[in-house]
Amino acid sequence: MTTTSRWRALTHHQLFWPVAVLVVLLLVNIPFTPDFFSIRMSDGHLYGSLVSIVLFGSPLILVAVGMTLVIATGGIDLSVGAVVAIAGALACSYMSGQADQNALSGVLLAMGLALLAALVCGLWNGFLVARMGIQPIIATLIIMVAGRGVAQLITDGQIITVNSEPYKLIGGGYWLTLPFSIFVVAVVVAVTVALTRRTALGLLVESVGGNAEASRLVGIRSRRIKIMVYVFCALCAGIAGLMISSNTSAADGNNAGLWIELDAILAVVIGGTSLLGGRFSIGGTVVGALVIQTLTTTIYTIGVPTQTNLVFKAVVVIVVCLLQSPKFRAKVFGTKGRGRATGPAETAAVAEAAPKMEVSR
Amino acid sequence: MLNRRNFIAAAVGVAAAGGLAACAKKEDSASNTSGSSGDKAITLGFSQVGAESGWRTANTDSVKEAAKEAGYTLKFSDAQQKQENQISAIRSFIAQNVDVIAFSPVVVTGWDAVLKEAKAKKIPVVLTDRSVETSDESLYVTLVGSDFTDEGRRAAKILEKVLEKAGHKGAVKIAQLEGTTGAAPAIERAKGFKEVMDADHKDDWKIVVSQTGDFTRAGGKQVMAAFLESNPDINVLFAHNDDMAIGAIQSIEAAGKKPGKDILIVSIDGVKDGFVAMSEGKINAIVECNPLLGPQLMEVVKKVHDGESVERWIKTKEGDFMQDQAEAELPNRKY
Amino acid sequence: MAEPRPVLEMTGIVKEFPGVRALSGVDFRLFPGEIHALLGENGAGKSTLIKVLTGVHSLDGGTITLDGQSVRFASPLQAQQAGISTVYQEVNLCPNLSVAENIFIGREPTRAGRIQWKQLRRKAAELVDRLGLDIDVTAPLSSYPLAVQQLVAIVRSVGTGDSVAEGSGTKVLILDEPTSSLDRDEVLELFALMRRLKEQGVAILFVSHFLDQIYEVCDRMTVLRNGTLVGEHMVSDLDQVGLVQLMIGKALDQLEELHDHQLHSGVGEPLLQADGLGRTGGIAPFDLEIKKGEVIGLAGLLGSGRTELARLLFGADQPDSGKVTIGGKQVSMSAPNDAIAAGVAFCSENRKTEGLVPDLTVRENIILALQAARGWTRPIPVSQRDELVAKYIKALDIRPANPEARVGQLSGGNQQKVLLARWLITQPKLLILDEPTRGIDIGAKAEIQKLVVSLSEDGMSVLYIAAELEEVLRLSHTIGVLRDRRLVAQIANGPEITTSRILETIASGEHQ
Repeated sequence: MTTTSRWRALTHHQLFWPVAVLVVLLLVNIPFTPDFFSIRMSDGHLYGSLVSIVLFGSPLILVAVGMTLVIATGGIDLSVGAVVAIAGALACSYMSGQADQNALSGVLLAMGLALLAALVCGLWNGFLVARMGIQPIIATLIIMVAGRGVAQLITDGQIITVNSEPYKLIGGGYWLTLPFSIFVVAVVVAVTVALTRRTALGLLVESVGGNAEASRLVGIRSRRIKIMVYVFCALCAGIAGLMISSNTSAADGNNAGLWIELDAILAVVIGGTSLLGGRFSIGGTVVGALVIQTLTTTIYTIGVPTQTNLVFKAVVVIVVCLLQSPKFRAKVFGTKGRGRATGPAETAAVAEAAPKMEVSR
Repeated sequence: MLNRRNFIAAAVGVAAAGGLAACAKKEDSASNTSGSSGDKAITLGFSQVGAESGWRTANTDSVKEAAKEAGYTLKFSDAQQKQENQISAIRSFIAQNVDVIAFSPVVVTGWDAVLKEAKAKKIPVVLTDRSVETSDESLYVTLVGSDFTDEGRRAAKILEKVLEKAGHKGAVKIAQLEGTTGAAPAIERAKGFKEVMDADHKDDWKIVVSQTGDFTRAGGKQVMAAFLESNPDINVLFAHNDDMAIGAIQSIEAAGKKPGKDILIVSIDGVKDGFVAMSEGKINAIVECNPLLGPQLMEVVKKVHDGESVERWIKTKEGDFMQDQAEAELPNRKY
Repeated sequence: MAEPRPVLEMTGIVKEFPGVRALSGVDFRLFPGEIHALLGENGAGKSTLIKVLTGVHSLDGGTITLDGQSVRFASPLQAQQAGISTVYQEVNLCPNLSVAENIFIGREPTRAGRIQWKQLRRKAAELVDRLGLDIDVTAPLSSYPLAVQQLVAIVRSVGTGDSVAEGSGTKVLILDEPTSSLDRDEVLELFALMRRLKEQGVAILFVSHFLDQIYEVCDRMTVLRNGTLVGEHMVSDLDQVGLVQLMIGKALDQLEELHDHQLHSGVGEPLLQADGLGRTGGIAPFDLEIKKGEVIGLAGLLGSGRTELARLLFGADQPDSGKVTIGGKQVSMSAPNDAIAAGVAFCSENRKTEGLVPDLTVRENIILALQAARGWTRPIPVSQRDELVAKYIKALDIRPANPEARVGQLSGGNQQKVLLARWLITQPKLLILDEPTRGIDIGAKAEIQKLVVSLSEDGMSVLYIAAELEEVLRLSHTIGVLRDRRLVAQIANGPEITTSRILETIASGEHQ
């Protein structure tokens, strides 16, 4: 195997471009923050820009992972931001009513309550999409809007501050010198990967997203699958909601998770999952979410004037999306996009050549 | 607090599936407070922006309470951050022939038509908290509200005191957490602060970084974390509201620094949690932006009703608080 | 007399895909006013040649000359602007728009940016009229059967741009498998249209798997095999046997073999019983009994209710009358799951929209039905899965024999085999095949027919739907005849049953 073919295999890997963008974004910070990559101990835990990126990016990763499965079935979930707000509001308002906010049982109950609410939201979304046949974008819009109202109702329009050490752990605490949220994310991602790739769920999800009618005719219970992914997505959003409120030890029904649905959808797309449904990549989504969080941090550190924040963000996102497009790369870099552009060709000849290709691997 | 993003969110929301959201909030609206209903009781129609923040809720409560105390009949309506709702509320006030109309406009423009209707019926209009742009100055009598630019100036002035008290020597390197980009309080607070800084501290003060934290705790926390990495030598934080300051404090602590000591903090608003942080020594000074303008509004309403002349802009009575006043003030904080 | 100048000449065409030479030095000529057949097995390079010509694929070598000028198209649009139009097997039109709108979509006559609807309808009507078709251009396309939609697609492709009025815009018309879903009358109508276009000097490139049709309508033919040119002949110079040998490169014994199997061993006890099963707007209530190991062929014109009957037996559509009993137990048929659980499998005629998931691999597509039956919590163990997939790839000779290949990239015949494999691994009791041989080459066709015979011998019942009567007749124990969405006759197959007998039944609705 030659170097060029190895390079080609690398650049054609699904995750190559998102990872490349992530690396470039990280490097951009160096002139502005000289010790950007340094990680030091502070107060018995690791501290540094990279740690902050993961810490602050955790909720987005969670939401985006849930969103990935929904998008893979050809749907979309706009309600995640509202679910984030509801979960945080519920947990914090329950805890603020407790005499001892540090009691573990109370904290666990509060979290359970919040996740239960998230579950109900997910079931509702799934019900509307799978049973009532409502377009996902409309079905989830209902909770996107109403849910934030519910969150404000729970918090009575106030920001509810809690003072609970155990609760603070999930989104703002440290464990084994690392932010605890990293462990939560790792567990959720691992569970998601196991759930989709160790069982047949991933295959069935991709099938439903890739061709809904064919999936029905092959006997897949696509309604059940769809309800499951919406519930899972809402649960992820619920955990993210706990994390966000835990991070600031306060529930802000009005602002928590505002617009996170858009960032999550963007992360999924940057990660290489098509909005049309079908094939999905959890790893890609995680990288996509990290790209977005790094971008946000970069904007803060390199001193972009506030008024141009969004423009800057938009430009980077456009570049990433263009780089993701094989057509664009072919035009700009002059590569013919071999291997991808094969298309539905006549392939008997391919069959004969296949053994030769095996050799070159 | 003016928060454009919330407004857009709500507008999109209500337009799309307002039904449920509306149900959730209906209880607040149209709850008439009929105080001591003497023959001469003034009827006041008040249209609130919505219930988008703690500040706003406190503002609503203050108006309701003050009306009750003054013995006015209050017709209250919640616009849920939509101009259409507000216009129809004002129309219904006109139809009911209230004595005075007061409202906090959701947006700045588009009020001429409805205000002309009020004028034709000879019902005086008082604005609260926010202003409007009209072609005809006579369409409203007065504005009762805060002067955001002045809040910025006051923040700079109080920072002088804070620095003096802390015995600070050397360069003052300021990090600024701005409000939501484009919102009036964010623009004007930054402007007022800079005015004083340019005039009196051209050489010794410098804003080294400035970014929006969207008026939220999470925003303040994230942005401050990044600031501390890119500019570890920051020694002053000016936050456009308490919530961002509270978020930033958490990041400062995570970086192993002491808020209120290593980094001096001045913020605006004066919400309860802000005073709690100040009483813990984590915020050095707070410039109040007072939502409790109910009593002032009722005074103005009476004057307007009686045909007395009032100023075009009646500024809210607001205080500046240093750390040593925090303990004493804390019990008075209602929101 | 000197040979006329070809309108299109391709010489030394080379096209390579990663690791594969799809076309190696192919020459091809097309003369004005001729209908030219492009022939070859699936994978011989027909589609690639067309795609290289029309700018879908880039060219790796060789030259293309159109009207004496060297050309190279970067996109199908460019090719179309230069006068090369293509109509594919699947109709790529908008069913919800009117016929006229479909004809002019993307190039509507406009004035000051506004579409001139009247002019559009008038021009469309003229065009349709001049080509001798009787179509109301204001009706929505979906109100016409697939065959007419195909004709509209052809009208659209020949009536390009301003030259619509003269009809001279299109020099070369490529018809890729246009007849595969048409019945006989419709084919004749299509041929009439083709001949009219030919008279107007259009050169037509015709791709079809139906050899009879080639001999009926074409003047010359070019035969490809494995990406190389194996012959260019006048149709009159080469008979069908010679042609098939040229295409597959060997003698016809594998086709002959099939005849020996005709009317194989008898059938067993009843498997499925449908009583008064029907669906309004689909098919009138019918009774049907399928025995174990029996092959029931369904004959009838397109739209006579063949597919509708099959879909009811699978629960793909819900019946509004009658009941189904399988193996003595009544099955509710409210969803495909019920039928699958009872051992029914269904290969839809629409491979792409109702069969395959194009983004998934061959392996994933093959195991999909089995996995769906097991539920998501019980994945098929990897070793067992790979073994099963390998077995069926080999048994059905799916090419490429790579389970990782994306199914969307396979040729039609191989896609059909993947679909068959998917259901065969579920070991169904009844296999419903709706047009399994449509659009696939003669070799694969024979293989699939052989497979049906052997499955039946192993005791599997098969419901077989095909447009070609010979095919139905060759394979079936019993032939169900449909007419106007009604099962009008069930004929036990025997030596005395001929295609003409069946045709009579279709025509009269009665069986003597």
